[in-house]
Amino acid sequence: MHFTINGRAYEADVDIRTSILDLCREHLGLTGAKKGCDHGQCGACTVLIDGRRVNSCLTLAVMHQDDEITTIEGLGQIGDPHPLQEAFVRHDGYQCGYCTPGQICSAVGMLDEVAKGWPSHVSEDLAAPLLDDGEISERMSGNLCRCAAYPNIVDAIREVAQAEPEGRTADEKDAAMIGEVLA
Amino acid sequence: MFGLGTTNSLTMDKPHPSSLLDTGVQGAISRPFDRVDGPKKVSGAATYAAEYEFDNLAYGFLVSARIGAGKVVSIDADAVRSLPGVIDVVWDFKRFIRVAGQGGETKAPTQGVQEIAFSGEIIAIVVAESYEAARDAALQLPVTYEAGQGVFDLAVNRDEAYTPPDLVTPGHFAQGDVDKAMAEAPVSIDVTYTTPSQNSAAMEPHASTAVWEEDGSLTLYGAYQMPTSDASQLAKSLGLSAKKVRIVSRYIGGGFGSKLGIAPESVAAAIAAKQVGRPVKAVMARQQVFEATVRRSNTEQRLRLAANADGRLAAIGQESYVSNQPGEDYFEPVGIGTHMLYAGENRLISHLQIPVNYVLSGSMRAPGEAVGMIGLECAMDELAERLGMDPVALRKLNDASIDPEKGVPFSSRSLTAALDEGARRFGWKERPVARRDGEWLVGMGMASAVRGNMLMESSAKVEIHPDGSATVSSAMTDIGTGSYTILAQIASEILGIPVARITLELGDTNAPPAAGSGGSWGAGSSGSAVYLACEMLKDKLAKAMDVEADALTLKDGMAIGANRSVSIGELAGEGLEATGHIKPGKQEKETTQASFGAHFAEVGVNMVTGEIRVRRMLGVFAAGRVLNAKTARSQCLGGMTFGIGAALTEELYHDTRNGKLVNHDLAEYHVPVNADVPQLEVHFLQERDIHANPIHAKGIGELGISGAAAAVANAVYNATGVRVREFPITLDKLLAGLPDMK
Ligand code: FES
Ligand code: FES
Repeated sequence: MHFTINGRAYEADVDIRTSILDLCREHLGLTGAKKGCDHGQCGACTVLIDGRRVNSCLTLAVMHQDDEITTIEGLGQIGDPHPLQEAFVRHDGYQCGYCTPGQICSAVGMLDEVAKGWPSHVSEDLAAPLLDDGEISERMSGNLCRCAAYPNIVDAIREVAQAEPEGRTADEKDAAMIGEVLA
Repeated sequence: MFGLGTTNSLTMDKPHPSSLLDTGVQGAISRPFDRVDGPKKVSGAATYAAEYEFDNLAYGFLVSARIGAGKVVSIDADAVRSLPGVIDVVWDFKRFIRVAGQGGETKAPTQGVQEIAFSGEIIAIVVAESYEAARDAALQLPVTYEAGQGVFDLAVNRDEAYTPPDLVTPGHFAQGDVDKAMAEAPVSIDVTYTTPSQNSAAMEPHASTAVWEEDGSLTLYGAYQMPTSDASQLAKSLGLSAKKVRIVSRYIGGGFGSKLGIAPESVAAAIAAKQVGRPVKAVMARQQVFEATVRRSNTEQRLRLAANADGRLAAIGQESYVSNQPGEDYFEPVGIGTHMLYAGENRLISHLQIPVNYVLSGSMRAPGEAVGMIGLECAMDELAERLGMDPVALRKLNDASIDPEKGVPFSSRSLTAALDEGARRFGWKERPVARRDGEWLVGMGMASAVRGNMLMESSAKVEIHPDGSATVSSAMTDIGTGSYTILAQIASEILGIPVARITLELGDTNAPPAAGSGGSWGAGSSGSAVYLACEMLKDKLAKAMDVEADALTLKDGMAIGANRSVSIGELAGEGLEATGHIKPGKQEKETTQASFGAHFAEVGVNMVTGEIRVRRMLGVFAAGRVLNAKTARSQCLGGMTFGIGAALTEELYHDTRNGKLVNHDLAEYHVPVNADVPQLEVHFLQERDIHANPIHAKGIGELGISGAAAAVANAVYNATGVRVREFPITLDKLLAGLPDMK
């Protein structure tokens, strides 16, 4: 079977039971997407398929031979990061890092959904949702983080989406922290 | 474990008033450095246990017992051996471990899996060419059981409860006469709180890849918090000498206690790899993580508080029931924080263990405090109300000036300062009485935080290379705590080598042994080992420069002294190395060591649905020197969020007919999601602890959870007037007591 992942063509001989997640992790050496539950319950395996965020543990490889798949490796790399990858580092939007590739892929897909005007459960204006903290939290709630970097994840996404309120950019947060521990 | 050559060794028998971290001029320590491992983590390049590639790798899928007690009569391996891709079915009734190892234990965990002690026990492993084939065969494998007698209902075995042997905290402790003080006190509280079993639910499932080397040694790529003692557990389980086992745990997708000891997949992978003659990777399915690793025990806590009319405590009683498998010594140390939080002459802090055939109880983030502080701090809230006192004032009044049981001083203690600072920052003075916001009732609550500080024997090697860069190596781990970063900062500060020029090699038992990550001791213990190695290196550099160490300034790769400035790489010549080694000593007896803090929470409770939303939450913490303001803050965010989960959503349900865990996955066991957690605030107080260790830092990873759930619960009470004593506080427990919408 053939696949297009991160703009690159791959050939792989996989079982019909193989998920996109296992295809990437076990057959193609793309271990960025993580397996947290294998049941669509945690979001650690989130990738983008034709630009939309998908739990890759819940969809079979055979169904996606003609699709464009993007994993965390395709968003950016060490030395050449995607703005969200950079913002997650600056804001400490992770701890153990296991949910992180899924969070970042999910955030990319989520920002695109907002740009398209798709409302969420908490949108006040269903026709034109605004990206406030409540929206970010709600829309990112399919991605569990047991380390609980949630406030920092929200800060990172907000800064990249350029919707930041006063005092919450990474530089401003750093300055406040320095003041606290080095008084 | 600690074979020491020329090392700089320190046993903490005396205070260590000076610290090179205060005299260093590099400006690395305490600053909010971005994690050094961050770029790898965000790009998917960090390698977790199941992500190492090997030629000829075979996939293992674990087989779980489907009865709750009894024994395995037979396993019909032939029924699945012929399925496409299946290589073999492997079991070893003697050596497979029945339960996970406890943290820091060097013996093998309980072995033997023909006997079934709980539903979900791992009894075999199917090995196949692919993950899919292994999974399919494991689920189809016919196993015949003989059902036995088990205890699956805690109520049934209550009378069998026994006082467990002393552990980190005594099983039973009594001072004075609590009954008498209760009878005589003008104001008292006698209430019972319960908390359910919980699961650490780290996002990375337990995983081991076992590779046998040609010399007969084993390398296990595992997700383990404490590789040094885990290698010993694994070696003993397999009947190997400890030298023959290497554990590699470079990145660990969270642990929260669940990866302190080895789990069943490690031994199964090792035995299977030997049998099939290939590397074997065994990753637990999420359900198996819930069913067959560890849980935090449920608790039932009777809290008795007796106070004088002015609010001064005369007696504190916390008598708890906890549970574990028959024959397992570990007990949830519910009262551990209660021993030292408040003054009060008469004290009774005891534990009774109920034997039950559930998955093993073990350490989950802040064992003891995480649940014990729920009972104590909610009871204190009740007492404050009965006294007509402000809850903050009640706690300040009872702040202990010395250890109320041992009579020794605290190494450092900033409880009152944290209470005051938190109250001020949170606007506690404006605490509402029956505030309404549309259909929401709004309330505020608070609680104290305490977490015992531990120092554990640890070592680390630091090398300075001729090019002026440095390498730090240790069997210490980073489970998301920030070890990679803070150890680099410590070395940087002392050696004057920029953080970017320091390479960290952690998570490998080939490096000098260390206690690993657990009990919040990691930073203090490993950080001190790195400190000591760097102290020795600084002496060596001074000697090479021919100046006194005190007169040597190290900054940005240069050594400056005696009016000369020489590059550190040049001074290092062919390279320099030193090993640092720290051990606990008399200081932990002569002082009581703990970190302290205070939580403040504001919640909204919907009058129609009973839905509870945390609106704001603040934690103020004092834990000695903060080594990295950014990673330390994140540790506290994580702890506070665990507290929100414990207060409102987390609960394991066991089927009382067979002990089966009913909610064994992330859809049914509810950890907090992004939308459950507001923009939490964390504030650190300036503190140094010269009795703890030479870096003057105390543990922080578990402080944030201690008391957090109680603060949320007390806010719910403040909002609604409904006191729920059975945790978690779910809306069904509130609804009946909520006022009508008017
Ligand atoms: S692994 Fe796919 S949602 Fe958890
Ligand atoms: S960073 Fe550890 S689970 Fe999110």
